[in-house]
Amino acid sequence: MTKKQKKMVFRLAASAVFFAAAVVLEKSSALAWIPFILSYLLAGYDIPLKACRNIAKGQVFDENFLMTIATFGAIVAGALEEAVAVMLFYQVGELFSDYAVNKSRRSIKELMDINPEYANLLKDGIEEQVDPYEVNVGDTIVIRPGEKVPLDGIVIRGNSSLDAKALTGESVPVEVGEGSNVVSGSINLNGLLEVKTTKLFDDSTVAKILELVENASSRKAKAENFITRFARVYTPIVVILAVMLAIIPPVVLGDGWGVWVYRACSFLVVSCPCALVISVPLSFFGGLGAASKQGILLKGSNYLEAIACLDTVVFDKTGTLTNGRFQVSDVAPVHGERERLLELAALGEYHSNHPIALSVKEAYGKPVDPERIRAVEEIPGHGIHAQIQADGGWHELYIGNQKLMEQQQIVIDTPSEIFGTALYLADERGYLGVIVISDTIRSDVPEALKGLRSQGVQSLVMLTGDKEDVGKAVAEKLGIDQVYGNLLPGGKVEKVEQLLTQKPFGKTLAFVGDGINDAPVLARADIGIAMGGIGSDAAVEAADVVIMDDEPSKIVDAIQIGKKTMGIVRQNIVFAIGVKVLVLVLVALGYASMWAAVFGDVGVSVLAILNAMRALLYKGKSAH
Amino acid sequence: MKKIIKLEGLCCANCAAKIEEGVKKIPGVKEASLSFMTQRLTIEAKEGMEDTVVEAARKITHKIEPEAEFKVLR
Repeated sequence: MTKKQKKMVFRLAASAVFFAAAVVLEKSSALAWIPFILSYLLAGYDIPLKACRNIAKGQVFDENFLMTIATFGAIVAGALEEAVAVMLFYQVGELFSDYAVNKSRRSIKELMDINPEYANLLKDGIEEQVDPYEVNVGDTIVIRPGEKVPLDGIVIRGNSSLDAKALTGESVPVEVGEGSNVVSGSINLNGLLEVKTTKLFDDSTVAKILELVENASSRKAKAENFITRFARVYTPIVVILAVMLAIIPPVVLGDGWGVWVYRACSFLVVSCPCALVISVPLSFFGGLGAASKQGILLKGSNYLEAIACLDTVVFDKTGTLTNGRFQVSDVAPVHGERERLLELAALGEYHSNHPIALSVKEAYGKPVDPERIRAVEEIPGHGIHAQIQADGGWHELYIGNQKLMEQQQIVIDTPSEIFGTALYLADERGYLGVIVISDTIRSDVPEALKGLRSQGVQSLVMLTGDKEDVGKAVAEKLGIDQVYGNLLPGGKVEKVEQLLTQKPFGKTLAFVGDGINDAPVLARADIGIAMGGIGSDAAVEAADVVIMDDEPSKIVDAIQIGKKTMGIVRQNIVFAIGVKVLVLVLVALGYASMWAAVFGDVGVSVLAILNAMRALLYKGKSAH
Repeated sequence: MKKIIKLEGLCCANCAAKIEEGVKKIPGVKEASLSFMTQRLTIEAKEGMEDTVVEAARKITHKIEPEAEFKVLR
């Protein structure tokens, strides 16, 4: 609690004591008004003062003014007890909401406690503690166990494990050693590290993330804008109704003034829109906080709203659904053993560093004797020709694609289904067999897609620059509805635009990519989701939602958080407006007293705020 | 030009909405957003009008929420 809040607690406690004393005295003594007035002044002496000050500045109709009029009116109408109670409870409500807002501000700050205070700069063998802003690219910094990594860089000495939980939501530490990249904002757990910086602090991951999180609540959701517009008309309408209620019935019906002034004052008590105006942004703020705790950064509350009604999810294949790493998935020799065919391929590809060659060598997994290879000749766009020593003699080996085989007039039998790149092998005696190399599917993709379906996503689409049948094979394995292959980046934008016209009204489309080469598509979709945001500036820049690690299943978390937040927001809007309208009607008809109005104001505020604070609590999929 | 201002001590959500509304009406303001939760006022002002816009925003803030401290971050 702040100093101001502590003072307020004291004031309100004293006020409550006087109020209780006055209620007891009321029956027996004519002097009960004294403790009542003391109670009123202790709770809210500053409210009429603020009202006067604001009127002098041209601010009429603020809540200070409304509360002043309501309580003074009630006193005039002879309801001293209620007048004091209104002021006391109004202040309790204010204090509570102030406390709640501060608490959630603080808890989000703690959640995002990744800002490094200093860096240990190493210059000419001397270590100096400096502001991270003062470190240049290429400087060497020292990071001790327990310290935060202040800037992005590469480890030049030392080994350690880094805790990046605050960044990615991933609780398993990452092992780093010489040559590893380190990301600012993670915490060095055990070893001493010397790091050569690769970015200025302003460009480093931690600065980018903090900027993004700070800015997020500036992009408001439709529900937030609705509520501020509602508040703008609600208060004047209720005030006008109160004035009419105070004047018309006594004049027209000739009733006593007291009853109607009392009812009008009750109206003014309910006229404050605070509950709504606070609880809606508070809910969104909590939702954004809950998401960042999972390593999901949203650039605005509006995306929380949008992701809650997701209908179509479009995936980029490589790097998103698949790892973008090639692996040998099939070895099919015409005669003999698979191992022998792999050995020949590894020999032939020995001098090549192409990703496909690397995956062949990895699959073979044994060292190759370079003496067994000679006269290597690369045939661009076709493959490799080399002389290989095998079976006690030298052979003319050809490794490559179908075009190479045709060129050499070698008859091959094409395997019926190839989901990847086929590497054909032949020598002067004829066709030897085929090795198929394909990309591997990310381990949590099946779970992610299942989760998306259960969250109500109707259509799963895959776009790829690869051949369509390769894409289809992956899609079939995963249960994706539509596949479009052979797409250039421009083609992906067109497809997304086409899909945007097909989705049902009021629903949204998300595009999921790795942020590399797909910035235009990310921008075009309702929600652009970039994966593996950590260390990728392009992704953070272009996307609306950044998933810090590379787990597509985090999208499911994001939907759940979005839905929960929207649920809370809807409950609060319906509950607060509903109760207020009900109280107004009952008060106007004389079925409810000013006590009901106090509940309609403070009670609703407190309940809506408590409900809003639930948005911050999200335990993640594992808890379900 | 984007200006970012921190309104420390901003404690009334309805006032925040009123300040945002007022700032949006300042001549030279293209876009303005005030987040009650982060107490950040972001103003997209027309080139060359930043100073007058910030001054006008300061006046509006002071009128509606005198308790809030107006700090221009950048």
